[in-house]
Amino acid sequence: MRIKIPKSWQLTANDVTDESVYRQRRTLLKNMGFLGAGALMSTPAHSLDWFSKSAKKTFITEPLTYLPQSDKQQILTPESKVISHNNFYEFGASKSDPVNNAQSFQTNPWQLTISGQVENKIILDYDDLTRLFALEERIYRLRCVEAWSMVIPWVGFQLSTLLAKAKPLSSAKYVAFETLEDPEQMPGQASRRLGGGINYPYVEGLRIDEAENPLTLMAVGLYGKTLPPQNGAPIRLVVPWKYGFKSIKSIVGITLLDKQPPTTWNQLAANEYGFYANVNPGVDHPRWSQASERRITTGGLLARNRIDTQMFNGYGEQVAHLYKGMDLRANY
Amino acid sequence: MQSQLRQKIIVVKAVIHCICILLLVNEYWLALNDGLGADPVEAVLHFTGIGALNLLIISLSITPVIRLFKFTSLINYRRMLGVYSFVYALMHLLSFLAFEVQFDWRLFITEIIERPYMTLGMAAIVILLSLTLTSTARVKRKMGKSWQKLHNWVYLAIILASVHFYMSVKSDVVQPIIYATIVAILLWFRRKKFQKYL
Repeated sequence: MRIKIPKSWQLTANDVTDESVYRQRRTLLKNMGFLGAGALMSTPAHSLDWFSKSAKKTFITEPLTYLPQSDKQQILTPESKVISHNNFYEFGASKSDPVNNAQSFQTNPWQLTISGQVENKIILDYDDLTRLFALEERIYRLRCVEAWSMVIPWVGFQLSTLLAKAKPLSSAKYVAFETLEDPEQMPGQASRRLGGGINYPYVEGLRIDEAENPLTLMAVGLYGKTLPPQNGAPIRLVVPWKYGFKSIKSIVGITLLDKQPPTTWNQLAANEYGFYANVNPGVDHPRWSQASERRITTGGLLARNRIDTQMFNGYGEQVAHLYKGMDLRANY
Repeated sequence: MQSQLRQKIIVVKAVIHCICILLLVNEYWLALNDGLGADPVEAVLHFTGIGALNLLIISLSITPVIRLFKFTSLINYRRMLGVYSFVYALMHLLSFLAFEVQFDWRLFITEIIERPYMTLGMAAIVILLSLTLTSTARVKRKMGKSWQKLHNWVYLAIILASVHFYMSVKSDVVQPIIYATIVAILLWFRRKKFQKYL
């Protein structure tokens, strides 16, 4: 008998719902007449919003070739919610702004430069992002510091394979990331009002051992297709044991450094957003208890979806050793 | 003439009732049917919170507008707008309890105590509740002079509500600052009233 022991990031066997079950439920609800016209619209309907339903351009995503994750044992957040509920201030500070403002974003040509303290400086172009490395699916929980969470089937490659190709020098201790700066395409960068008053370009960073952890993913897709721009096309970081804001989107630069790089939210409010930003139910943000979270799955207002938050977002087995001996209250 | 005016007031009041109730019903209807985007909970909280603040601002604009434009019949609608502000604020609070923390009473109470912006919001709701409970003509007669004293607390409520809004956002402070400016203008009109406290 073959006993299969899933890796723990492959999610546990309780609460199984996959997309097909989700679809059936939708059909059932529709048949019962429960879904109003509003539920069928891809963008949120606002009260008295009669004029914004004109046919809008939609960004075209392409199917990807990848190794699927064999154990699909999580309730996936529906694709329609993953691509319409985004914090991406470059396209506007409200959750629905990115899907509305990013659809004409140009991702090809693209240039991602890996430089700094490396032996091989690398420049990837658009095609390299999906063809240079074998792609695989990773179903990860995403926990936002605002205390909502999703389960997303990413497609991508480990950051460690990219870093290995660049051959970091022994002096490299940190990895810094930078989002594209292009105010013409990113209205939030052009307008302080739309962009929430944060500094651009958005920058983030990891310690090199965090970056080389097998969980750390460079995502180029979700739900089997290339990323839509609101989710960080054409390439973004996914660090599933940290709060969502660490997972920087639309990356153009990766720089290896000997010292800790500045990070955007930390610069804006250092008392609220630390460099590490590890998901930690025991350390609250000043405005949001981190002890529990609302999992965004199916359903509307009545979804009973409040769950306890797990230390390191449930990935402690893979990452706890990185923080041995550190005071996570001080290094939040 | 008098009855014509009365009729007009009744019609306008009916329209205000319809607008305030229908907007609320529409929002919850969409939210229940998953028609408000990926996070209907957040959408409902924003709608009721901003709605309560808007209604409070409108009701506090009535006195200055009457002074400036002599549009005296507006006074007939001030109380109901104030009461609807409380209704929206109450829905805001109940939605937080029911949909955000999902009846986790411990979390509900600790959040209100431990998050300063929530403490301020809760204080504003308590003030609006006490104003609503004392809003009938009968209670007003009974309370005599102390009625006006109690109802002056509305100025504190609107300050608390706008600070609550400002503190609740992450970094996009433009909208809260616009609201705070409007509130400051409304309070400036009442500066004589406040002089004795300063």
